[in-house]
Amino acid sequence: MAKEKPAALQIETFADHHVITQPNPLRNVLRRIAEKDLDDPVARAEKALAGLSGEFKNWMTVESERLAAAYAAILKNGFTDLTSQELFRAAHDIKGDAATFGFPSAGAAADSLCRIIEHAPNLGAVPPQLIAHHVNAIQAIAGERTRLDTVTTAAELSRKLRGIADEYLMQVNRDRPEHLEAILAPSLVPAD
Amino acid sequence: MFHIDFNKLRFLVCDDNPHMRRILRTLLHSFGAREVYESEDGATALEMYTHCVPDIVITDWSMPIFDGLELAQMIRQPESKGNPYAPIIMLTGHSEKRRVTMARDAGVTEFLAKPISAKGLYQRILNVVAHPRPFIKTKTYFGPDRRRNTNNAYIGPERRVGGEMEVMQQPSLLDKARAGI
Repeated sequence: MAKEKPAALQIETFADHHVITQPNPLRNVLRRIAEKDLDDPVARAEKALAGLSGEFKNWMTVESERLAAAYAAILKNGFTDLTSQELFRAAHDIKGDAATFGFPSAGAAADSLCRIIEHAPNLGAVPPQLIAHHVNAIQAIAGERTRLDTVTTAAELSRKLRGIADEYLMQVNRDRPEHLEAILAPSLVPAD
Repeated sequence: MFHIDFNKLRFLVCDDNPHMRRILRTLLHSFGAREVYESEDGATALEMYTHCVPDIVITDWSMPIFDGLELAQMIRQPESKGNPYAPIIMLTGHSEKRRVTMARDAGVTEFLAKPISAKGLYQRILNVVAHPRPFIKTKTYFGPDRRRNTNNAYIGPERRVGGEMEVMQQPSLLDKARAGI
């Protein structure tokens, strides 16, 4: 597709803006077909994703070890731009990936940790146990998921961590309305 | 019913997490895509964007060197030699409304919050293929029309100036096909 010559643009000029319409360069990839001939690409993709699932447990372990290493670097060197960013990135990746890997509670705990890193006015002043508990919880959830009785415990643990983290963040941001607004704003991702 | 020939589409996937790249590659290949290029940071992605000329870019937000938001801003340079019009799908763990607004204002075409699902990704791709939006160029913005709905009654400060034809509607391919055009 991309090798094709770009189509001509139509430009309409208005007082303070231009509207630029490009004939759809991707029109050739759409085909109308009978319903009986329609395959289900989503089902095919879900099946392919299920085929990968044997690796998810290992991937979750890798991600949680990366988080633990980032936290260990902070314990050793303190909160610098570099160590804080790496902790955030590790937590943020888990927030995004863990549910896909089958560890939604680890994702929720990682989300809570991201909020602390993003909204605490001074990371050095955050109670050390608050961050440590998040890191430990994520590692425990990643390590224990195979036991069925841990699923409820993991969800409960994540909920409690989120509650404590939110309480802390609301307290320390009481004079920072823009952060308070972000902390209280609902997520776009529906809850479980 | 409509079918997308994924084998005619060229994708550029940009995510610093190798596991997410693997998942994306798996999903796109199972949709039928053959050409999927990958990069692990924004700088490499920008270079690949110029050389590989992808039809659709799927990018993470949070990445080292420069992030997905900066990548979108660099692609959306109207005077650039490359194609500034390619659809950009932002796939990210950020799930706050203000992040969606920031992505929109950087010229991102579609926003998809992680955790990823095959259905969510397919729908975003279908949207950019079947329902392309016109581009708007102002002093401060260049990118897909940020207004997905026309509201002629709006009189607030963000109303565009220029008379009745302020928003050009581009008929979607789906509508055209349904109308038998």
